[in-house]
Amino acid sequence: MTASVGARPAPRRGRARARHRLAVLGFLAPAIIGFVLFFGYPLVTTVVFSFTKYDLINPPEFNGLANYEFMFKDPLLTKAIANTLWFVVVLTIARTVFALGVASVIARLKSGVGLIRTLCYLPSLAPPVAATLVFFMVLRPNGGPVDSVLGWFGVDSPLWFSDPAWAKPGITAIMLWISGDLMIIILAAILDVPQEQYEAAELDGAGPIRRWWHVTLPTISPVLLFGVVNSVILALQLFTQAVVAGSAGSGAADATGSTKYLGFPDNSTLTFPVYLYTQGFRYFDMGYAAAMATVLFVISFAVTIVLVQRMRKNSSAEEGGPGA
Amino acid sequence: MTATLTKPPVDVPAEPERPRRRRSTGSFLNWVATHAIGLALGLMFATPVVFVFLTAVMSDDQAFTSNLWPAEWHWENFVEVFDKAPLLRYLVNSLTYSLLATAGMLISSIPAAYALAKLQWRGRNLAFLLVIGAMMLPPQVVAVPLYDTWSSLGLTGTLWPLIVPYFLFDAFSIFLLRQFMLTIPQSYVDAARVDGCSEFQALVRIIVPMAKPGIAATALFCFLFTWNDYFGPLLYTGEVKDQWTLSLALATFKGMHIVQWNSSMAVTFLTMVPAVVLFVFAQKSFVKGITFTGVKG
Repeated sequence: MTASVGARPAPRRGRARARHRLAVLGFLAPAIIGFVLFFGYPLVTTVVFSFTKYDLINPPEFNGLANYEFMFKDPLLTKAIANTLWFVVVLTIARTVFALGVASVIARLKSGVGLIRTLCYLPSLAPPVAATLVFFMVLRPNGGPVDSVLGWFGVDSPLWFSDPAWAKPGITAIMLWISGDLMIIILAAILDVPQEQYEAAELDGAGPIRRWWHVTLPTISPVLLFGVVNSVILALQLFTQAVVAGSAGSGAADATGSTKYLGFPDNSTLTFPVYLYTQGFRYFDMGYAAAMATVLFVISFAVTIVLVQRMRKNSSAEEGGPGA
Repeated sequence: MTATLTKPPVDVPAEPERPRRRRSTGSFLNWVATHAIGLALGLMFATPVVFVFLTAVMSDDQAFTSNLWPAEWHWENFVEVFDKAPLLRYLVNSLTYSLLATAGMLISSIPAAYALAKLQWRGRNLAFLLVIGAMMLPPQVVAVPLYDTWSSLGLTGTLWPLIVPYFLFDAFSIFLLRQFMLTIPQSYVDAARVDGCSEFQALVRIIVPMAKPGIAATALFCFLFTWNDYFGPLLYTGEVKDQWTLSLALATFKGMHIVQWNSSMAVTFLTMVPAVVLFVFAQKSFVKGITFTGVKG
């Protein structure tokens, strides 16, 4: 760019630069307006609302730190935070390890790769609502396929989405079934590991497992970190699967979109975003919902910074590569 | 990483055929074991949908039992669900949302991605960080004021609050398109400028044709994301039944037809069909797009 501007005759430089600036602005105009309207403005307003009592009908009323103070006295919020933390830990580990495992197997296949990769990837395209109902049916305790198969071995099926202890593992199973996108990303990274590195390790007498551990894993570790960060974000945002599993489990989805009993059974699927939604859009306690949104924002922001720093490191490590 | 981008894992690099050292039966067993595990994994992912399908074609009575195989094949179940709920209405709503949003995204995101990928200007890195920040933000964080605004405009209960933002700003699409455009050599753009192209002409004549696969992938993801969206439609149209999208209706269908496993599974199956069809026709775009989101975050 600089080269082409520099190549132009000097007197036209100023005008060219002005025109260039105008072009940049023109290309970005919709994005700037959209960002301000749909992110900048609502982010600021959320923080402002979080210091008010607001029910959407009467104008917001300043109430200081009351919303934040209430957080410490709200047992349901404690429950919601515990549930979301459960997903952050379990889902992150399970999803990353599972996707790595499946990708490692697919990478070793010599035939049938296309078919098996497609089978593993396709579920991730299913609507989350549909994926949840699929598992709800497959795992149903009285006569569902998994129950039947377990029955052949004389094992009783857990009650899954009706049992507080099994609802979160059930949702995790759904999330693993639809983790095909991460698998594809890891698979691409594994196939990208230079063949010479394997050959060098093989000459050193390393078997397949040691080659995987000492060559594959270290080389793809940036992508694994991406998988971890991506899974943490997914866990923080977990909403659809929790709402649908809860309402299907309670058998009480009503005619207005979803259930009255979010969090069923026994608030075990009440994640932080679900509780935020309940407070804001079921009880219209917008001030309290805004306070929760502010907390969620701070946490997501911290996670995003980790991701951005990883990208920075990555792009400086590979000079000339596409990166931030 | 760039190597992956030009050569997506669609065609797995054929390992140079090693001269067949007559290795031990151990390596043969190894081959069998790996492929057995691979096959088992593939089946594990496919089985749930097979069960959904088999349940969907069962009779009302049989769907209630623990039978895994339908005694009779009731194909008409897939038709009859259209009488049990206004599915066509929901389908039209879903298509309205997805198609308009995708069209809007293309109009707004291609120029923005171009400015981020191929033009030099101060603040470009900061702008890109803002895009990433917006992409990572849980939609619930900004839901309260946005709902407030749309409701004071009288537009809650319609699909517009979901569609309009795509005509201005969609962080994920801008991000993905930018990553694609970065792989187009800068020299093409510079050459166009030397030939007297304006920035707009350079975008339309050089970048857009070259970025077609990337644009296709981004459009596919945008379509599927909106098709699959549940939170947005729930928030804005939850109370207005004739504005529901398929995803939203599906969540309710299970509740209202709880005893009829065959009907609810038939609808579940139907909502998954578009994604499969899109994938079959555009497998390469999908794999390429997915790889792009991961390789550089």
